Amino acid sequence: MTTVREAMNESLEACLRESSEVYFLGEDILDPYGGAFKLAVGLSTQFPERVVTTPVSEAGIVGVGIGMALRGLRPVVEIMFGDFIALAADQLINHAAKIRWMSGDAARIPLVVRTPMGGGRGYGPTHSQTLEKHFLGAPGLRVVAVSDVDDPGALLHQAVIHDDDPVLLVEHKLLYPGTILPLDEAGEFDIVRQGAGYPTYLLRLRGSPEPKLTMAAYGYMAVLARKAMRDLAYEKEIFTELIVPTQLSPFKLDNLCRRASRTRRVLAIEEGTRTMGWGAEVSARLHEALPSSLWVGRVAALDMPIPASAPIEMEVLPSVARIKNMAQELLV
Amino acid sequence: MRMKNNSRNDADQYREMLRIRLFEERLLEMFPSGQIYGTTHTYIGQEANAVGVLATMQAGDVVVSNHRCHGHFLAYGGSMQALAAELLGRKTGICGGRGGSQHIKWENFFANGVLGGTVPIAVGMAYAENAMKRDALVYTFIGDGTLGEGVVYESLNMASLWKLPIFFIVENNRYAQSTPVELNLAGDMRARFEAFGITATEHEACDVLEIMQLAEGISNSIRTGNGPQALILHTYRFAPHSKGDDTRDPDEIARYRARDPLQKHAARLQQKVKDEIETAVAGEVELAYLRAENDPFPAAESLALPLEESS
Repeated sequence: MTTVREAMNESLEACLRESSEVYFLGEDILDPYGGAFKLAVGLSTQFPERVVTTPVSEAGIVGVGIGMALRGLRPVVEIMFGDFIALAADQLINHAAKIRWMSGDAARIPLVVRTPMGGGRGYGPTHSQTLEKHFLGAPGLRVVAVSDVDDPGALLHQAVIHDDDPVLLVEHKLLYPGTILPLDEAGEFDIVRQGAGYPTYLLRLRGSPEPKLTMAAYGYMAVLARKAMRDLAYEKEIFTELIVPTQLSPFKLDNLCRRASRTRRVLAIEEGTRTMGWGAEVSARLHEALPSSLWVGRVAALDMPIPASAPIEMEVLPSVARIKNMAQELLV
Repeated sequence: MRMKNNSRNDADQYREMLRIRLFEERLLEMFPSGQIYGTTHTYIGQEANAVGVLATMQAGDVVVSNHRCHGHFLAYGGSMQALAAELLGRKTGICGGRGGSQHIKWENFFANGVLGGTVPIAVGMAYAENAMKRDALVYTFIGDGTLGEGVVYESLNMASLWKLPIFFIVENNRYAQSTPVELNLAGDMRARFEAFGITATEHEACDVLEIMQLAEGISNSIRTGNGPQALILHTYRFAPHSKGDDTRDPDEIARYRARDPLQKHAARLQQKVKDEIETAVAGEVELAYLRAENDPFPAAESLALPLEESS
């Protein structure tokens, strides 16, 4: 049973082995510490020249990654907590995302910035956030969310080795210790992979009848969505399906639209705050594509900072219970 | 590669500086008539800095510039006509009209108008050049105003920590837009670099030959693996920050104009040589704008999304 953490660590190792152009930069990533979330364990021992520990300078090291990429390397920069990506916003939005387009494709930036997002660990308001929504829709920047479905390492490999444009790779920290759900042994779920590179997945409970509702969720929210699907089926005989995108931006909703045109009921689930969020865009686009007889609901974090204390943190963040309630409301 | 003739004789240095001067004077003349859409930041008065420093460039070197990049670009060896076309928003511009005055990428020349953010990128480029053992030097131009950006200090730290081949050139033109340096800079410029173990040289910049000589010594030292160094050039821009936004004391401007680097260097030339250069450069500038004006604008169909969408 491979965990997401192991899959990501092995993929980083494979990327470093595969190409001498790959460099890995970040704070506290050297052995024996191996990174705050231990994704770097073993790497600096094997590749001492290309695993670079950096000062605590998030804007600086993302900029260094851009410069390395412009001169022919394939850098991976780890930002220790996703919350700190705000420090590198100028680098991502004004530099990495723009340079290729401004130059009429004369320059490419094969840079991957990886960072753990998300709450559920009691780290409080500045170490628990889901901030990727602020980077969605920044033209020229690809935002990809790791999930535990299929092969998260392959997603990282695609970004590092095959993608010549900048990628912000978002990894929910609660995914790391969980085991991955391979397509061929997904247990109670049938999983269909759609698209290559950064695929979208369609999940249904094995042998379940035609679904009445389509959920859409990425990252750790797909884990909660699967639990809700199971409960709804066994407790209420409500059958649903789940779309899990990995590429969040730029985002085309073809797969979700196809399913929504059948079920006409969609529940978008995100861990970011509700207002101006991913789910709002999903809802708007679905209504543009399917203007009549469509019901879209959203589950998201409350519009407030994330508290540290466990019971009130749970109140702010989405839960299986809220997903189930919202699903049932949509089906009334 | 770079098309510039890297000759260092007096006549060539004068020609290089004059190309920048006349190109930008003409540009400022064009604004009131509405021929230019957008903005510009001129280099008039600072020409000796770019020409002197970049005379020490070698094949494969990288130049990182800022919002005030026309002079650096021309001294790098970029095409005047392509620059004119870019400023006029034409399809034939350096970046096809997408970048405009402040965003230029050609060969190993990179400019971005957001201050400070280019400096860690320059550090990353120097890291890569070092890692790939290409022996290239990264020339990084910043101004006094950029010393207010925090990421500059992150970058100085890393450049020194990793002993990278990077040459910081600070052009202190004494004003950040409209604000005099005394109102936004505490402490000492050189000490900022020295705090990170980076040797910095200060110079009252007016003579292209003196600047070239200093840059020669510094660049050679960096090329032999001594790590980053800085050259702080105290300079002055004769023209406004941008177009018409000059609130400086006219007497002060006149005082600095009296020590014009072009006039200083022109005194070294025979009158005949000087006249020939002036005629030739005036013609080159005229032709560059004329051709650019006749070039087409980019077609709307040329606009493409920067990345593919997912499915």
